[in-house]
Amino acid sequence: MAIIPILIGWPALMALVIPLLRDPRVRGRVVYGGAAVLMVLAAFLLGAWLQGGGGIVSLCGSVPLIDHLMLAGEFALMILIVVLSIKYKKYPVVLLSVGQTGLMAWSELTCPVESPTHIQLDCLSMLMILIVALVGGLICIYAVGYMQAYHQHHKDYQDRSGFFFSMLFFFLAAMIGLVLSENLVWMYFFWEITSVISFLLIGYTRTEEAINNSFRALWMNLLGGFGFAIAIVVAAHTLHTVQLGELVAAKATIPVVLLAMAGLTKSAQLPFSSWLLGAMVAPTPSSALLHSATMVKAGVYLLIRLAPAMAGNMTGMTVAFIGGFTFIAASMMAIAQNDGKKVLAFSTVSNLGLIAACAGIGAEETIWAAVLLMIFHSVSKSMLFQAVGSIENSLGSRDIEDMHGLLLRLPRLTYIMGIGIAGMYLAPFGMLISKWVALKAFVDAENYLLVIFLAYGSATTMLYWTKWLCKLVSLHHTKVKVTDATHPDQYLSMYIHAAATLGLCLLFPLVSSRVVTPIIQELYGTAHEVLSMSVLTTMAIMLVSVLFVPSLMFLLTRSTHRHYVPIYMGGINEGDNTYFTNSFGEPEHLYLSNWYLRFEFGRRRLMRPGVIISAGVLIVMLCVIIGGAV
Amino acid sequence: MKKLAKSPWLLHYDASSCNGCDIEVLACTTPKYDIERFGIINTGDPFQADILLITGGVNAQCESVVKQLYEQMPNPKVVVAVGICACTGGVFKDCYNIKGGIDTVIPVDVYVPGCAARPQAIIDGVVKALEILEEKRRNYHENKEEG
Amino acid sequence: MMPVISVLGYLLLAPLVGGLLDGLDRRVSARMQGRQGPPMLQPFYDIKKLFSKQMIAVNSVQMLLNLSYLVFLAVAGSMLFAGADILMCLFILSTADMFLVMAASSDSSPFATLGAGREMIQMMAYEPLTLLMAVGFYLATGSFHVGNIIRMPHSAVLVMPGFLLGFMFITAIKLRKSPFDLSTSHHAHQEMVKGITTEMAGPTLAVMNIAEYYEMVLMLGIVALFFLNEHWWSWPIAIVACLVVFLLEILWDNVSARVKWRTLLDGCWVVTLLTGGLNGLILMLVR
Repeated sequence: MAIIPILIGWPALMALVIPLLRDPRVRGRVVYGGAAVLMVLAAFLLGAWLQGGGGIVSLCGSVPLIDHLMLAGEFALMILIVVLSIKYKKYPVVLLSVGQTGLMAWSELTCPVESPTHIQLDCLSMLMILIVALVGGLICIYAVGYMQAYHQHHKDYQDRSGFFFSMLFFFLAAMIGLVLSENLVWMYFFWEITSVISFLLIGYTRTEEAINNSFRALWMNLLGGFGFAIAIVVAAHTLHTVQLGELVAAKATIPVVLLAMAGLTKSAQLPFSSWLLGAMVAPTPSSALLHSATMVKAGVYLLIRLAPAMAGNMTGMTVAFIGGFTFIAASMMAIAQNDGKKVLAFSTVSNLGLIAACAGIGAEETIWAAVLLMIFHSVSKSMLFQAVGSIENSLGSRDIEDMHGLLLRLPRLTYIMGIGIAGMYLAPFGMLISKWVALKAFVDAENYLLVIFLAYGSATTMLYWTKWLCKLVSLHHTKVKVTDATHPDQYLSMYIHAAATLGLCLLFPLVSSRVVTPIIQELYGTAHEVLSMSVLTTMAIMLVSVLFVPSLMFLLTRSTHRHYVPIYMGGINEGDNTYFTNSFGEPEHLYLSNWYLRFEFGRRRLMRPGVIISAGVLIVMLCVIIGGAV
Repeated sequence: MKKLAKSPWLLHYDASSCNGCDIEVLACTTPKYDIERFGIINTGDPFQADILLITGGVNAQCESVVKQLYEQMPNPKVVVAVGICACTGGVFKDCYNIKGGIDTVIPVDVYVPGCAARPQAIIDGVVKALEILEEKRRNYHENKEEG
Repeated sequence: MMPVISVLGYLLLAPLVGGLLDGLDRRVSARMQGRQGPPMLQPFYDIKKLFSKQMIAVNSVQMLLNLSYLVFLAVAGSMLFAGADILMCLFILSTADMFLVMAASSDSSPFATLGAGREMIQMMAYEPLTLLMAVGFYLATGSFHVGNIIRMPHSAVLVMPGFLLGFMFITAIKLRKSPFDLSTSHHAHQEMVKGITTEMAGPTLAVMNIAEYYEMVLMLGIVALFFLNEHWWSWPIAIVACLVVFLLEILWDNVSARVKWRTLLDGCWVVTLLTGGLNGLILMLVR
């Protein structure tokens, strides 16, 4: 298991080396190498872990030196935040940062707690490492080509690609550290690093909007971090332990509810969703990294860890309500968005809401669904972000309206988008099956409110994906030529993602029995089959049919002779399908718009009530739970 | 009656009619005349129509529209000119903007005279068109088999 | 053996039954309007004619998307008639619908796109009730499996009348009946021509029509699910109930005018909450 420090250290080392390289080509090669080595290391870890028989591996008994280094690191982060906050005149952030760092330092110095293990490798953290290393590594590879094109398009921004790549790798290191930490103090350290790096990445372009949004992300995440810090202090003083596993086993109410709150902020649940939506100003690879594979997954990872302690109590109900409410509210707001990345952001928030709701219920079935949702969501969403980023670089826009007829203009990217979208909501892809199990589990948990949230939320989810898909498949011939500016490395990453999406669905029964069941076993001690094998096999057959039927129909109808005629426009086409004669007798370009229902589902209409309701519920429940426990 | 004859669907287009004949065409769908008992449906969509029912003479502005609608109808298809204007141009024949009857633009199979054409006459014309439609269908399928 | 016969029966007979019902619908509608109406077999004449027409198209993918729509509807129906999971059946049903929406949008034409947009709104309007209904069956019978639901000692409708009411409400959308026939229309002179089917001609439209017949039988099958139980006499009752529901839909079609999408959405969601939502809540509380 000596490989674990290397796994954390390698991306950190890459983060230090990359800024020193000035030549973009050399830097690109180094990034390729770094990402490849990271993936290989993760694979090695998997191999070594499997060879050791899997199970729970505990490491790092007492390492005071590292503890002190981490404390120093926390102070360094605090100083960085304070300096930047003062520079940009965002003073409240200073209070949050100084407050929690001071709290942690005071607790560690006055009430030191002996920790038997700092690092623990089990099924769930192994799964997270694989997701982080593989998806994150591919995103780094994607970013090499993307950042070149990005800076060709946006000459007004200073090219800080070296810094950008450095931060990406640093982020991966922090993520791997986070999911491996069993000691909460360590986890808190990595947690803070991810907060700060996401802040730096969001502010990459240094425009006013980017800076404002990055500070919003920072204060919201620091607020969650504050909750985290208080949870540690409370746990250390009252229970004399800072081990996550022991806290969960003891079902310690106050630390668990505070940690859950930290998890909710990190996974951008209402009322904290706006940081993730604002984060879309950043270059796409960071969006893909922050909002698909890593950052937001850290939040739900923590929630899943806490799930056994939340089953059936007030904390669980609160988390489940916030999650379910976010699921439906975000999916409604996604309908009114025409910016591709915004839709993806809302969809991410919404899906994370579902995962949080599952974790809040805390039954075996819901955790099964939550873990599967997490796997499928990471891969599909990362692919969708990358595809939208590539489309933006080729079209110069990421407006869904501009993607009309994209199938004819950028066919390869459109197919990738299509697979991603289908994976997000269509029967019988993984997301939908997980939703199905979640629905059943919500009924069994007798939480009817969540059932209603899920029923309505599925309907709204379907609308925003379907209309996007329809925009892509409109066979609209335009005269404007589009050249595909996507680099081969970007395609490499996206193809692997697409293959993984399809492969995961085909191997669904295997993923369920080999990956998810052991995780449940570890969290709960028992695990029964959530879905019978025959159901899973039916699913695989259905999936094949979804791919197979249209292809078969294509072969069947290919040879039929058709007489092609123009579309119906009341007989006033100008000879082709793109122009018609208007009432002045002049040719007019046909423009077809999607439905956005802005007055009904717009962010302006729904965001504020959503934030007020969720914040109200959260505050009241926090008071009730903490008050009840004290 | 054969396949087509049992389910002829109409497309009704007003070229430059005074609306007199159009009212009569719509009258055919009312309970009193009820053309649906012959399986006739007024579709309003050239892609799904077998019979193109045109009222009024062709003018410069609608010439291309008439041609295009005719093009968009799948074979076999027939055209029925309803009312004297559609047949010959009627009283507007010599107007500066009128080209003449429908047959100046597309081939017409049945002419239904009248100003306005009576619903009975229109139904008669459509029934006559059905025979021609059936004939065309036979020719169409023979041609398809040959070529 | 039973499921195989039942599925085969559905696949072979559903178009026939659907066609006959459509013929009945047109005739009853005509009588309600004081007309004689077409012969009962008119839908079959129409389909026969459509297949004999020239294959015109505006693009190369419409036919294959329409065929996929047909196949998925048949699959969804087969799942119901095979006694499989009803939730999965409903999910596949919405996947099938999505192929129809894609077929319409692929034309990139104003009227078809308008129809596709409205069809999506319709899907959003009826989806919550279908999911809640599946949950209702689960609460009432303890299983999502159609095979188990029809072997209960009592008909499900006794404990879930609210769901039946809500389902009848949204069936108007699925059967493309007024007031909810927003996305396509059976009448000429509409603001959106033929909506999603505007660019479908000849055989393509015939495929779409056959698919609609499969869907009609599927919807009536779900209505029957409310009435079936382990006793043999529940079957004739179920069939009568289906016919009554169907005739009520026709009546509603003829006495109401088309509504705007906003009314459709609000109406369906509120009705869903009041019927399915309340009924489900009560079921959960008494469980």
